[in-house]
Parts: sequence; C-alpha cells; structure tokens
Amino acid sequence: MSSGHHHSHPPQEAHSNHEPDLPFWQKYIFSVDHKVIGVQYTVTALIFLLVGFCLMLLMRWQLAYPGKEIPWIAGWFSERQMLGGIMLPEFYNQLGAMHGTIMIFLGVVPLAVGGFGNYVIPLQIGAPDMAFPKLNMASYWLFLIGGVIMISSFFLPEGAAQSGWTSYPPLSVVAAGGQTTWLVGMLFLIFSSLLGSMNFIVTIVQLRADGLTFFRLPFFVWAQFVTSFLLLLAFPPLQAAAVLQFMDRVFHTSFFLPSGLVVAGKVLEVAGGGNPILWQHLFWFLAHPEVYVLILPAMGICAEVMTCNTRKPLYGYKSMIYSTIFLGFMSFVVWAHHMFLTNMGTKMSTFFQITTMIISIPSVIILTSLILSLWGGSIRFKTPMLFAIAFLPMFAIGGLTGLPLGLTAADIHLHDTYYVIGHFHYIVAPGTLFGLFAGIYHWYPKVTGRKMSEVLGKIHFLGTLIGMNCIFMPMFIMGIAGVSRRLWDPTQYAHAVPTQPLNVFISIAAWCMALGQIPFIINFFGSLIWGKKADDNPWQATTLEWATSTPPPHGNFATPPQVYRGPYEYSVPGQRTDFLPQNVKGDN
Amino acid sequence: MSALIRYISKPHPVSGVTNAKLGIWCFLASELMLFGGLFSAYIVLRGSASEWPHGSAVLNVPLATLNTLILISSSVTMVMSWASLALKNLKKFRFHLSMTILLSLAFLVIKGFEYHSKFEHHHFPSTDNFFGMYFTLTGLHAIHILGGVIVNAYLLFPGSKLYETEPEQFLGRIEAAGLYWHFVDLVWIFLFPVLYLL
Ligand code: HEM
Ligand SMILES: [Cu+2]
Repeated sequence: MSSGHHHSHPPQEAHSNHEPDLPFWQKYIFSVDHKVIGVQYTVTALIFLLVGFCLMLLMRWQLAYPGKEIPWIAGWFSERQMLGGIMLPEFYNQLGAMHGTIMIFLGVVPLAVGGFGNYVIPLQIGAPDMAFPKLNMASYWLFLIGGVIMISSFFLPEGAAQSGWTSYPPLSVVAAGGQTTWLVGMLFLIFSSLLGSMNFIVTIVQLRADGLTFFRLPFFVWAQFVTSFLLLLAFPPLQAAAVLQFMDRVFHTSFFLPSGLVVAGKVLEVAGGGNPILWQHLFWFLAHPEVYVLILPAMGICAEVMTCNTRKPLYGYKSMIYSTIFLGFMSFVVWAHHMFLTNMGTKMSTFFQITTMIISIPSVIILTSLILSLWGGSIRFKTPMLFAIAFLPMFAIGGLTGLPLGLTAADIHLHDTYYVIGHFHYIVAPGTLFGLFAGIYHWYPKVTGRKMSEVLGKIHFLGTLIGMNCIFMPMFIMGIAGVSRRLWDPTQYAHAVPTQPLNVFISIAAWCMALGQIPFIINFFGSLIWGKKADDNPWQATTLEWATSTPPPHGNFATPPQVYRGPYEYSVPGQRTDFLPQNVKGDN
Repeated sequence: MSALIRYISKPHPVSGVTNAKLGIWCFLASELMLFGGLFSAYIVLRGSASEWPHGSAVLNVPLATLNTLILISSSVTMVMSWASLALKNLKKFRFHLSMTILLSLAFLVIKGFEYHSKFEHHHFPSTDNFFGMYFTLTGLHAIHILGGVIVNAYLLFPGSKLYETEPEQFLGRIEAAGLYWHFVDLVWIFLFPVLYLL
C-alpha cells in the first residue's frame, strides 16, 4: 500500500506552495497530483464520449435508412464493416456493443468519478491530495490501457465485441474474437475503478479538514462516497463473471454453455452443463448498482451548482444524505428486475418488484429536495445552472418511465424494446450528462483560471436540450409499439414499419445535436485562451475548493483550512455577504 | 510531493486506523466480493449439474492437505515477522518474512505438480464444469499467492529502506501485507474443503 512520499518536516515548515521542480513528464504526464490526474481523466473521458457518440451517429444512418449506402464516408471502412457502402449487420452489432461500453465504462463513469471526483473531492474536504497519490496515478493509467484495448478491437481482423454492453452468453461465448478483447479491457477497467474507489473512501474518511464533520460535507462528496462503495463492492462480481466468460472463450470451459447447444445448425462440442442465466445474475449484480454510479455524482454536482446559483441552502440536506445511503444499500437487492423474463417464478419476481418500488422512494426524495431548493431563490441563470435545472425534469422522466419497467405485468411488453432505451437514456444522457456539463461549466474557472463563454454555453445548452428530447422522446412511442432494441433493420418487421418515420426523425435530431456540441468544443478549448480571467471565488460559493487560489497550487491550500460551518450557508440573515464560506468564522 | 498527507503512519484519532490500513480493508472487502461471486457461481453450477464428481475421488487430497499446512504456517511466520518488527528485532523480521516467501513458493510448486498430474490424466478446464471450477478458483488463488510473494519480496528487499526513515509507516505496510496474506490463506481454507472434500 504505497502511500506517496512522506516528508519528515512538520506541516508548518512545508507551507511553501512552490511546485517542486519536476520534469515535464512527471508534472503533466506521470503526475501523482490529484488535480492533474483529474484533468487527465476528464479530457480522456470526454474524448471517449465523443468517440462513443460518433459510433451512434453512424448506427443512426442504418436505422433511419436501412440498407442504403452511406454517403461521403463509406470509403473509410473495410469490407468486413461495409459492403458497397452498406453497413453489415456484424458491424452494426459492433457499433452498438461498443457504443454502450464506451459511454458507460469509458465515458460517463471516468468523467463523473475519475474526473470530477479526483479533482474536486480533495479540494472540497480541505486535503492536500488523495490518500494514495501513486495508486491514483496507477488507476488512471490502467483506465487508459483498458480504454485503448477496447477501442483497438475495432482494428482487429475479427472486429470488436458484438454482444451488447451486457455481453449475454451463450452468444457472447460463441461470438467472434472481439469479445475476448472486450473481456481483457474490462478487467483493466475494473481494476482501475477498484484502485480509485478505495482511494476515495480512504481520502474522505481520513483526510477531511479539521472541523469538517461528515454532516458538514458538501452533498457532492457524499454522493461520491456512496458511489465509491458501489464501485468497490459491485464491480468484483462482474470481474468474477468476466473471468468465467474468459475461461469459457479461451479455455473452453462451459460455465455459461448449456448442454446440447446448437450453433449454426450443429451441436456445439463442449462439455456443457453450464448456465447462461448465471451470467445475467452476476452481470446485473454489478450493473444495477452501476446505474447509481452513473447518476449519484451528477446529483451531487447539481446540488453544488444549484445552491450556489439560487443563493439558498440545500433543502433537506440530511434527508438527501440518508436517501443516498439507503439508495446505496438498496441498489444491491434489485438487480433481477432486469431479468423478469428469465422464468424466475412469481415469488422471486415479487421480491424484486417490491425492492424496485422501494428504491424509487429515495430517488424521489433527492429529486424533490433539489426541486424545492429552487423555491424562492434568486436564481442566476448561468450556463451551469441551466444544465442543473434541466437535469431535474430529465431525470424525472427517466425515473418515472422506470416504474412500469419494474412491474412485471408492464415489463413483459416493454422489456428489450426501445422503451427501455428511452428510459435509461433519459437518465444517463440528458440526465447525467447534463449534470456533468453543469460541473464542467461550474468548475472550469477553478481549474483553468478562466471562465467559459456564456454565449457559447447557452447555445450549447439549448441545442443539447432540444436535441436530446427529440432523440429520446420518440423512443418511448416506438417501444410501446413493440419495436425491439438491437435491430439492424427494423423494417423487416411489419409492426415496426409504422414507426419507421420516427427513426428518421431521431437520426436527423442526433446529427443536429452533434452540430450542437461544436460550440462546447470551441468553448472548452478556446476559453483557455480568450476566457475572462476568474478570481479565486468567481461564483461567490461557500465550499472549500473556492477558498484556495485559482488554480489551486500543488498541495492545494497554503495553510490547512479549518472548517466552522455546514456547506451551504447562503443568504444567512445578519451577514454582510450573502454567502458564508465554510472556512470563515462569520461576522458575529 | 504530497508532503502534507496526514495519517500515513499515525492512526486517525476518530477512525482509529492509518490510511494504509483502511485502504487494505477496503481492498479486502472487494476481494471478498470477487471470491463471493465465484463461490456463488460454483454453487449455482453445482446445484444444477446432473452429475458432479466427488472432489476426493479425482483430486489429490494428501497433497492439498500438505499445501494447507504450508499456507497456514506461512500465515504464522507472517505474523511473527510483523511482531518481530514491532519489537524492533530486524534480524528476526527478515528471517520470518523470508520464511513466508519460501513457504508460499513451496505452495506454488506443489500446486504446479498437482496441475501437471491433472494434465497427464487428461483433466483440463474444458473436461467438465467441476474441473473448470477447480482450475479457475485455484488458478485465481495462485495468482493472489504470486501477488503476495511479489509484495513480500519487495518489502523484504528494496522496500525495507523505508524502515530507516519511517519505521512506523513501514510497520504499517508489513501489517497491511499481513492482512492481505491472511485473507489469501483464508480463501484457500474455503477452497480446500469445497473442492477437495465435498
Ligand atoms: C428511479 C427508479 C428506476 C426504476 C424503477 C428503474 C427500473 C428499471 C427496470 C425495471 C429496467 C429493466 C427493463 C427491462 O430490461 O425490461 C431498467 C433498465 C435500465 N435502467 Fe432503470 N430504473 C430506475 C432508475 C434508473 C437509473 C437512475 C438509471 C441510471 C442512470 C437507470 C439505468 C438503466 C439502464 C442502463 C437500464 C437498461 C440496461 C440494459 O438492459 O441495457 N435506471 N430500469
Ligand atoms: Cu436496474
């Protein structure tokens, strides 16, 4: 357990904030500073998000115009991917599987946890760094290696994984070679997230500034704390499952292969006796907690952005924390609501229906608290705030559409249709991503010393808000009409033909929304150069990351901060300013 | 560098542990879930299997018993090395830690012989799910042993320099390595009856 370097000087002597004179590669590439690692995670994850988005833009052509030649770019692809400019079904499946994998495991989680968690947590708790800086660096590099392995599988002769981000056997076991690469990449990513999550837990428990009790922590830190436990405890069963699937593929065991399995008209020559449903259990035991890993950090960001921009305390701070903890526990006992159609019997399905309904309650409490936090505030409609406000209805739509899925009677009809795609994208895409965008606009000045452009930010916001809704709202209609997910050519099914115009509409909306991201990209890089200079506390916020200089020096704080109060003391009566930073004693 | 990180060698007044100790407990919790997942898979597969060989009929129980004794002894020497270090007896510390490493290597060698004889009898992971599980579980466990050997060897040789400057922190590292080692030992104590005796 390497724990970084330890100086023998007592802290008083080590006050100087000079960046030690490190060579460039140690300062910016193999850095152990949580801020550099946070930025590395953020930029890498944003690139992966863009890649995953582009894969989807490509798929949208096939969905809108099945079997038509792709214009302009068909020449970029090999014959195993496109034949005469027409996307092959195998390639469509690769795009789909990799879109999901990249978005979840290489995009959203690394951005939300690796990026924001790494950069913000030590600052918000008044710590000089993470508890284990070298493990932190290792976690980033493992993530990058895992990501590169994943992406590089497109360039293998057999192509990338084709069995969806869920990798259900037996298909995934008998599928072409890319699946093995997927499993190996996954092992790296799981290991990376393991190192990251234990680091976060230890940092939050051990390194809080003096006076910063657990119930004075910003909600963002709480959200990350619970998230870390989910990552720590839910990922290993997937690791176990990945190892078993790896054995099935490479050493020809039959953990997931039943006896007498027929593939392409021939009985598969394996020992058999395996159980494909076992994979689903192990997978969803991770993947349901994983959906809370996707959403909790975004909720945390929204709490920070909204309190600061309404100039009001958080409504129901403590009930939000208790809800988050409860959510964390409950998320381990709902997984089989993804498997209602696996013949589990009514007793089991009743259990999982009940737990699913119960877990909706804390989500509703958190959402309601956030909405009530707006009440009576003098709201500053800055770009981060716009994204944070928009998060609320988007998450609400996503959550409410989850309820019918959690009840077997409705799920029998809706399972594996576009309705499910609509449900979880409302939560993850306009939901979580809005939270993450809010976070980027909110903390950018702290990280870079410059503000992002409000004009470009608002264009980006509007384009994304309209785009997202045009993309995902029609999916509910298609799903209710019975259109299955993962179809290469929906028009082959009579019942899917009437909703085919919606597919065209969605695709056009998606391509337009891609254009809507250009202002963001310009803003993100351009503001480094022409952004307005930001001072230490440009948003007049209360939490500790704003109490240090901008950008924060190596070691974060000139003197270890002392905390006197809770995180959201805005508009306290009788004070000179409308905000009381956590490290300020106050006027009276 | 990260000069100001607290509780690297002294325990936190409230949590009562150092960073490294809390870290290793988190790590072990996650390891528990990993092996827990695999054990559940074992139970599910065995429960639904039409036939499942009796471990003692196809596996070498005496050899595995020997290995169990070796691993338990290595846990004892691991504790002794930590205790010797706490008493500042460096020579004994080195001796016991070396013994731990040697015993772990002995475990791996015996495991290697066991695997070899399985292969000679044409028992491979693909033979059936019993052997699939046997090789997966013991293989993963062996990787953990190997990891422990590497960590302990690091602490015995280059890593022990830390003792000169930060004796308490170094003692903490030995303790963390010890906790990991006991966990690996414990996993084997589960694996042995499950695979060989039941
Ligand atoms: C608020 C209450 C929620 C309920 C009651 C709920 C319920 C469900 C159910 C029952 C399914 C399975 C549908 C099926 O396959 O037939 C499902 C799928 C899904 N949900 Fe939710 N959900 C909720 C919130 C969330 C949240 C917060 C997220 C993530 C950020 C999320 C992400 C997903 C994903 C990714 C899937 C689909 C996975 C797949 O099959 O590929 N859900 N939801
Ligand atoms: Cu779920």
